Formats: sequence, C-alpha cells, structure tokens
Amino acid sequence: MRKLSKKYLIVRLWEYLSRYRFLLFLGAAFMLLSNFLSLLGPRLSGKAIDAIGTKKGSVDFKTVFYYAGLMAVFYVLSAVFSYALSLLTIRLTRNVIYQMRKDVFESLSKLPVSFFDRYQTGDIISVVSYDIDTVNQSLAGDFLQILQSVITVLFSFVMMLTIAPPMVLIFVVTIPVSVMMTKFVTGRSRPLYRVRSKKLGELNGFSEEMLNGQKTTRAYGREEDVIEAFEKKNVEAVDANTKAEYYGTLSGPSVNFMNNISLALISVFGSLLYLNGKIGLGDVSSFVQYSRKFSGPINETANIIGELQSAFAAAERVFRLIDELPEKPDRESAGVLEEVYGNVLLKDVAFSYQEGQPILYDFNLEALAGQQIAIVGPTGAGKTTVINLLMRFYDIDSGAILLDGQDIYGIRRDSLRKAYSMVLQDTWLFHGTIFENLTYGNENITREEVERAAKAAGIHSYIMSLPEGYDTILSDNGVHISKGQRQLLTIARAMLSDSRMLILDEATSNVDTRTEMQIQKAMRSLMEDKTCFVIAHRLSTIRNADMILVVKDGTVVERGTHEQLLAMEGFYQKLYAAQFMTIENS
Amino acid sequence: MRGLFKYIKPYGPYMLLTLFLKFTAAMMDLLIPSLLAKIIDDIVPLQNIKLIFMWGGVMILCAVVSVTTNVTANRMAEISAGGMTRKIRYDLFSRITYLSAKQMDDFTVPSVVSRLSSDTYNVNRMLAKMQRIGVRGPILLIGGILITMTMEPKLTMVLVASLPFIILIVAVITGKSVSVYGTQQTVLDDMVRVLRENITGVRVIRALSKTEYEKERFDKVNRKLAETEQKAGSISAASNPATTLVLNLGLTLVIVTGAFLVQKGETGPGAIIAFLSYFTIILNAMLGITKIFMMFSKGLACAKRISQVLEAPEDMPVLPYNGEEKESEYHVEFKKVTFSYLHKRNNLTDISFTLKKGETLGIIGPTGSGKSTLINLLLRFYDVDGGEILLEGRDIRTFPLPELRRRFGVVFQNDYLMAESIEKNIDYFRGLSKTEIEKAADYAQAKDFILEKRGDMDADVAIRGNNLSGGQKQRIMIARALAAKPEILILDDASSALDYQTDASLRKALGEHFADTTTIMIAQRISSIQGADHILVLEDGNCIGYGTHRELLLSCQSYRQIYELQTGREAESFLQAEGGR
Repeated sequence: MRKLSKKYLIVRLWEYLSRYRFLLFLGAAFMLLSNFLSLLGPRLSGKAIDAIGTKKGSVDFKTVFYYAGLMAVFYVLSAVFSYALSLLTIRLTRNVIYQMRKDVFESLSKLPVSFFDRYQTGDIISVVSYDIDTVNQSLAGDFLQILQSVITVLFSFVMMLTIAPPMVLIFVVTIPVSVMMTKFVTGRSRPLYRVRSKKLGELNGFSEEMLNGQKTTRAYGREEDVIEAFEKKNVEAVDANTKAEYYGTLSGPSVNFMNNISLALISVFGSLLYLNGKIGLGDVSSFVQYSRKFSGPINETANIIGELQSAFAAAERVFRLIDELPEKPDRESAGVLEEVYGNVLLKDVAFSYQEGQPILYDFNLEALAGQQIAIVGPTGAGKTTVINLLMRFYDIDSGAILLDGQDIYGIRRDSLRKAYSMVLQDTWLFHGTIFENLTYGNENITREEVERAAKAAGIHSYIMSLPEGYDTILSDNGVHISKGQRQLLTIARAMLSDSRMLILDEATSNVDTRTEMQIQKAMRSLMEDKTCFVIAHRLSTIRNADMILVVKDGTVVERGTHEQLLAMEGFYQKLYAAQFMTIENS
Repeated sequence: MRGLFKYIKPYGPYMLLTLFLKFTAAMMDLLIPSLLAKIIDDIVPLQNIKLIFMWGGVMILCAVVSVTTNVTANRMAEISAGGMTRKIRYDLFSRITYLSAKQMDDFTVPSVVSRLSSDTYNVNRMLAKMQRIGVRGPILLIGGILITMTMEPKLTMVLVASLPFIILIVAVITGKSVSVYGTQQTVLDDMVRVLRENITGVRVIRALSKTEYEKERFDKVNRKLAETEQKAGSISAASNPATTLVLNLGLTLVIVTGAFLVQKGETGPGAIIAFLSYFTIILNAMLGITKIFMMFSKGLACAKRISQVLEAPEDMPVLPYNGEEKESEYHVEFKKVTFSYLHKRNNLTDISFTLKKGETLGIIGPTGSGKSTLINLLLRFYDVDGGEILLEGRDIRTFPLPELRRRFGVVFQNDYLMAESIEKNIDYFRGLSKTEIEKAADYAQAKDFILEKRGDMDADVAIRGNNLSGGQKQRIMIARALAAKPEILILDDASSALDYQTDASLRKALGEHFADTTTIMIAQRISSIQGADHILVLEDGNCIGYGTHRELLLSCQSYRQIYELQTGREAESFLQAEGGR
C-alpha cells in the first residue's frame, strides 16, 4: 500500500483546521491573553510583598490590599480566558471531528458496491470511530500548544542571546541532538502506529463478523475456538499498541534528558565563564531561568510530536478511505431521465467480477415496456448478476444496455436507479419504526396509503398485533420478525414507491405459498404497467411471464413463453418437471 | 470499578515497581535544579574547577538515571496496561460469546462491538497514562505541602484550607463527566449502528436512490455525537481553570495573611517569597492531579459499560439432573411447549410432537407462525415458558449447553458465512478432516459448483458471502451442518434458494447417508417435506395439523390448500394414486 507522506497528511489536516481559521485565531488570542495575565500574577505578588516591607509593624496595608485585590481580579480573568480557550479548542475539535466523519460517510456513499464486498464492516467502523477519534484527540489542542511553544522558545532564545552569547553555543550542540532523537523516535514509531491502527481495525472486523454469527457459533458449540481466534487477533492488537506507545513515549524522556544535560553543561560552563570574569553570577542565574523556560516548551513539543505520530497513522487510514475511488462519475453529458417507458435492451453483454472468470457472456435480452421478463436457471448461473448490471451496481465489460433506446451509461446513475423498484431476497430494514421503514424517507406518503400497501402485502394484521402497531421500532432487540415477514414489508415498501420498472429477485422465497397466493393480486397490481424482471425458483410464480429466459452458465440457453418452453422439451422442461418430483419418485 | 480492580491486582507488584521507577525519575528531575543551585551558591565561590566538573558530572549522572528509569517505567506501564487490556478484552469477548440470545437482544450487536473496541481502548489509555503521569503530581503535592509546612505552618494552613474546595470541584466534575462520557459512548453506539446499516444495506439504499436520506440520517447521529462530545469536553475543561483559580485566590489570601503576620512580627518577607516559589510546584502538581481525574472519569465510564456485560448474570442455568434415565423410545419430544418473546402474545402455544431416532419432521406454515422460534427453543437459545422439551427422555435444560448442542447440525434461516475459504466455512473451527469436509460438500450438492466455478476448497468466500449466489451459500451452510455427522439435523428454510432439481438431489443424499439422523426440516415447499415421517403445520403459533403427508391431505385444510396451490393438482388425485398403489 502506498505510504502517504507526512507533508501530505499535514496539508490535509490543515485543510480541516483552516476551515475554522477564525476560531483558531481567537484561540491564539485567548491563549496569549491568559498567559500574559498569569505571568502578571507573580509581578503583582512581588509588588504586594514589597509593600509588606521587612520590619514588624511597618506593613502598608492599603498597598497590600490594593495589589492583592488586583491579583484576585487578574486571576479570575486569567481563569475565564483559559476556560474560554478550552471551550474554543473543544468546539474546534468538535467541528473538525464532525466534518471528518461527514466526509468519510460522504465518501462511503459514493463508493461502488463492490467496495463493500471487499472490506469488513468492522474495519470501516474502526476508521470512523477509533481512527477519527485518535486524529482529533489532541489535534486542535496540539496546534495551539505548538504555537505557544514556538513563541516562548523564540522569546527565551532572544533573551539568552542578549545575556551570554557564548553559552548559547551549548544549545547548538544539544538542540540538534534533541531534534535528531525526536526524529529517530518518530521515524520508528510512526510505522508502529500504522500497524496499531491496522491491527485494531482487523480486530474490530473479526469481532463484528463473529458477533453476527454468534448464534451459529453457539449452535455448533465452537465458542472456545472462536474465542481462541479472537485472542490471537487481540494479542496482535495489544502488542502492536504496546510497541507503538513505547516508542511514542520515548521522545518525551529523551528530550528531557537532553535538557538536563544542557543544564549541567550550562552550570559548568557558566561557572567557568564566571571564574574567568566573563559574566556575572546574576547572569548565570537568569540564563538558567530562561534556559528552563526554553526547554519546557521544547519538551512539550517533543511530547506532542510523539503523540502526533499516532494521529498521523490514524489520519492516513481516514484519508485513504475518503480518497477511495468513487463509482466512476457519470459522464459529463449524462442526463436525467425525464420520462421512463421501460424498454430495456441488453446487447451482447459480457461481464466478470474477476478477470478471467466470465460470469455472463453473449447475453441478450429485450424487454418491452410493461412486459414481464422472468429469468430462471440453476443457482450461480448469473441471474442476480443481471440485476447488478441493470442497476449499475457493476459496469459491464462489453456490449451495451439500453433503456428506451438510450445507452444507460449516458444516464445519471441516481436517475437510472430511481426508475426501478427492487425487492431482493436479502431484505434490509433499518432501526426505525415500521412506518418509517415502509415510507423510507418519502414524506409524501400518508398513513392510509401505507396501511393500504401493508394490507395488500398481507402484513397489516401482523403489524397491528405488535405492541405499538406501525410505530413499533424495528431493532435487534425484542421484535422478532421472521424472514418471510421482512420480505412482505419490503414488498409493501416497493408498492409505495412509484417507478416504471420493477425487479423482484427471489422476492417471495421465504414467504409461504398461501400468503403468496393471498398477495398475488397485490403483486399483480404492483407489476401492472411496469416492466418487470423476476427471478424465482418457484416456477409457478413466473408461469404468466411474457418472456422467460433460461440462463445457464452465464448465457441464455432457451427463451420463450412458458408454453413454448415446455414444448421445446429442453432444459426448462426438466426444471419444471423437477418441481413436482417427490421423494417417492425421485 | 471493583470489576476493574480484579484485572489490576495481578499486576500489583509490577505496577508498584513502575511507580517506584517513576518516583525515582521524578526525584532526579527535582534534584538537578538544586544541584545547579549548589554549584552556583556553594561551589563557584570556592573557585575549584575540579569540584565544578565533579558536581557537573553528578548532574549528568542524575540525568542518566532519570532518563533510564523514566523510559523503563513508561515501557513497563505500557506492558502492564496492555496485559490488563488483553485480559479484559478476552474476558469481554468470552462473556459476549456466551451471552444468551435474550441478553444479546438487549445489548444489541452494535453496542457490544463498540464496547469491545472503543471502550476497551479507552480503558487501556487510562491504565497506561495514569501510571505514566500519575506519580509526579501526588509526589510534588505532598512534598510541596510538607516543605512549606516546615517553613511556615500558618501560611500553609491558609493554602491547605483551599484544598477542600478543589476536592469538591474535582469530585463534582468527575461525577458529572462519568455520566456524560457514558452517554457519549451510547451515542457512539447509535452512530455505529447507522454506519453498519448503511454498509449492509448498500444495495437497497443505492437502488432506492436514498443516499441523500441516509446522509441526513448519519448527519443526525453525527451531530448528536459531536454535541455530546463537546458537552463532555466542556465539563472536564472546567476543572483546570477552576482548580487554578481556587489555588491562586488561596495564594492571594496567603499574601494578605502574610502581611498580618509580618505586622505582628511572626514571619519575614523572605519566607513568603520562598513560599511563593514552592507554591508554583504545588499548583502544577494539582493541575496534574486534576488531569488524571479527568482521564479517570472517561476510563471509568467505559469500564462501567464493560462491567455491565461482564457482570451480566447467567440467565439460563443448567437445571440439576437427578440422573434417573427415564427410558424413552423418543429421541426428541416436545410436550405442550408454550413460549413468548415479549410476553405480550404467545409465539408458540401448546406444541407437542415426538420423534424417534432417524425420523424426519417437516414443519410448514405461514411466515411468522413460529417455525424458527421452535428451533430456537430446541437449541435452547431461549427457555420455554411452559411445557418441556425432552431429548432422550431428559429435559434439555438439564444438559450442559455444549453437551446439548454438540448433537446438532444446523442451518439457520439467516445464517452467515465468514470471509474465509470455503473449506474453513464448512469446517467452522471443528478441525474436521479434509475427507469429511469433501464428503459433506458432496452430500450438500456443493461439490460440483465448488470444483467447477471456484477451483477448489481453498477458494475464498467474500464478505457476507457476496461472491456466491443464494443457492451456493445455502449449500455451503448445509455442508457445514452435515460435516460432523450430527445426531439431529436442523434445516430452517435451508434450501429455499435451491432449484428443485438440486433440492431433490439433496433430499436423496440425506435419505441415503443420513438415515440414522433425526431431522427437522422447515420448508415452504411441500415437495421438500412430503416424505417426512411427521409433518407439523403451524399457524399463529398453534399446531393446526400433525401427521403424515397423506393424513394431512385428508385432515388438514390448510395443508391441502398449500399442496394444491403448489402442485396445481387436486389432492384427491394424489390420494387416489396412493391408494391405487
């Protein structure tokens, strides 16, 4: 995987911070003010102590109270400013973190469907929760801190230069050494932090996957094995964390060490200079004070740089996800479908998910507006793939797909997809009320319409038997809803969406025959006037189709109406006969 | 918190050593400036260059000791924190794995996932950071107070008087932030949930062009999370300025009090000046301590969430078994079983049936009639509300769970595949032999497509099995259920995506190779179950028909109706054909 350069990461991070330039500026101002005020404190206390005097009974209480009062006021002000500064920093962090999560989600919503077939859900979640959190743990705070450090360091450096230029030479040695040490440490720690982020993502991916299969694990009694497999990943993640943190925390003590060394050198050389009469003793003492002021922020900065490594490693994962190639953008010329009739034509279509493993080839299909097209064939023949291509979840390798005579690649994706309603075998419901799931964001649908659709889909009475009826929240807990019922809900949802084309991919495979019969009328009205693509195993469902395509090994082997196909006595006839086979005569 | 202590305890001595090293390092850092003072004040006047170099050397020695102890202590802190986190995460995952289905329903998967990742991670940070920076503050605070105490007890008392206020502030803020951090993690759960739904439902969302709607939905939780984070941050942010302010005001009071003392001649201004310089140390120490408390409150909020799971009680105890085998001719027996998930409406009512070893039970009925629920009860994912389920004449609640479930091979309706090789998916951690796996794949009619399309058993299954068709997935799951030659085989709508031919071949293979296996098969197609020894027709949780295919055609109207709908034949014609045989 390409490594993102530090410079690139800093630029990207700065883009986020700089959106809130005003907050940053204000923060810097508050910081200076609060520092200034707190520095004033000692001066005022000095004045107050001067007023106390040295002799018993000679205290100038008026002045003492005056300065003590001033001190109190300044301290309060300083506290207010530093609190305001904290609030600002927090606000800044909040804005950045919010924006980052938003950007990642934005990117996710543009990624091709194939991305989600490749990446573990848990790993993606880890980026959005853990990595973004790590980036922002200290980003805004660190930025201000570094700013403050730079100011203090510059100030102290100038002061030291004015006191004793020769002694500054000591720093000529120690500072580069400190810088080199920090560089060495960060050079070591960043790859380790990268490993840590990756391992945490893997751990999360694994636990997410295993928790989804918890019931299976328990049914097979494989708990201990799963726990053991988890433990392996857990140890890896913890080790990666320990190693990274160890190197990360190395920079603080080592720079502190260099500071202590310079202090020792200063005292020795300072003393020597004094003995040679080059400087006064007072100079040594103030030089020492400034050098401590000098080393404090350097220490702090080194610590921050250490911490920043983990932020960089996490930022890399975040930006990588944001930069993931989105679905090929619609062509510039791509238009919006004004009116859809529903004539669909697939011409010599070839497609493979992986190169060299063709799934469809020489695939031809013509559906006229309002026709019902059934696609049948053994599992794995490529039936669902046809749907993936129609909806442009995947793009064809060669050939052409036309909608109303227009190449679908010349139509905007969202517009194309809106032209279809879809009921899939894998039903998807989200955490929300049944009503919300049925209308799914379409606020124009009334309660009556929803109930009508639910009644037609044969799910109304079940919904009414739930404690809150249509307002029952569907979630992981409590409401046990069977797969067949889920399918009925998605059918009701499809009934409520108004489009010219309909895709039913094993839409009723988990619905019992009687319920299916009961909703057949509704299904027929759902399919009326629409171009329908139906995939079903139960051939009874598709008997009335205008055209049945029999797909085998990636291409159409037979086509025609039910009667025509039976008359051919080919593959379809065999499939059809198998339906009525029983154990006795098989 | 007590839960957390259990993990800290084994590392007690190790952590004490860490703290000792940290203590040494802190002492060295404090010693160096005073050595400097000594050189300038005492040594330089002696004009002895050798001595200057010697004391300079001592300073460097102190610096070396400081850096080595510090680095070692940091490393040890990370190691012990890592060790504790590993154990916590291990125990948490173990407990989660063994949570009952009902408990899992209550916690919900997204919440459990974030407890495993985000919460354990925050606890790890707390454990490490507290060791790394938690020593210096208290040492300096106590040291500072002791020194000022010997210097000027009265003034020190003024300063100490401000401590209760600080303790109060820190206590209030910590208490508040623990609960806000708790809320923050709950909102994080919500965000994780929306994210998960968007990943698993990507096809539907794209198909319905609901990306914008989903963006809004995410934005809502994102905003809420950011707001909670800000709230939590703002609360803790108050601690630092508040502590500083109280101490600084205390200091002002010290000066005023000092003025009175000087007036009375009880102290000199020099003492006050010295007092002030130590005061800076005390202030910094105090700030360090509040910082630790803030970190502690976040860690504690997370630890609480972890404890909730760890301390979840065992809600499905194994009932005592008195040992007396009631000889039973039945392998599996349901006796008037009644059950309800929400205790509002029965999901199953008075269900009874018996199966002898090797017999097959077919279950059919409308969606939501309780078919899968029955399986959940038999495998003891939930406990019956009334009646009992017997295995070889013994109540299943008296079996230890592993012993009970070892007998089963199951395919659930919403079963899952791992993103691993096909072989590993069939094996499912059981360490089965290659032959067993291949045989199972063969029986499950999966061998052909595996060899033909995917090359071999090592071919990878994509996440959520997305590179396989519905029927291919089902066949791998069936192979998984068959691979260990189970005593009881459960197939919950496991062949719905299979074409009829494959389905028939599967049933044939089952009949030939699994004749001794007691089988329970839920299906929508009558053809899948019509050969079963017993068929149970469920409707609304009630048994509305029980018997053989033939008996049910005669006696059960619903069954008869389904048959006619599915085959397009009159039930009479079947019965006549049967009769004529």
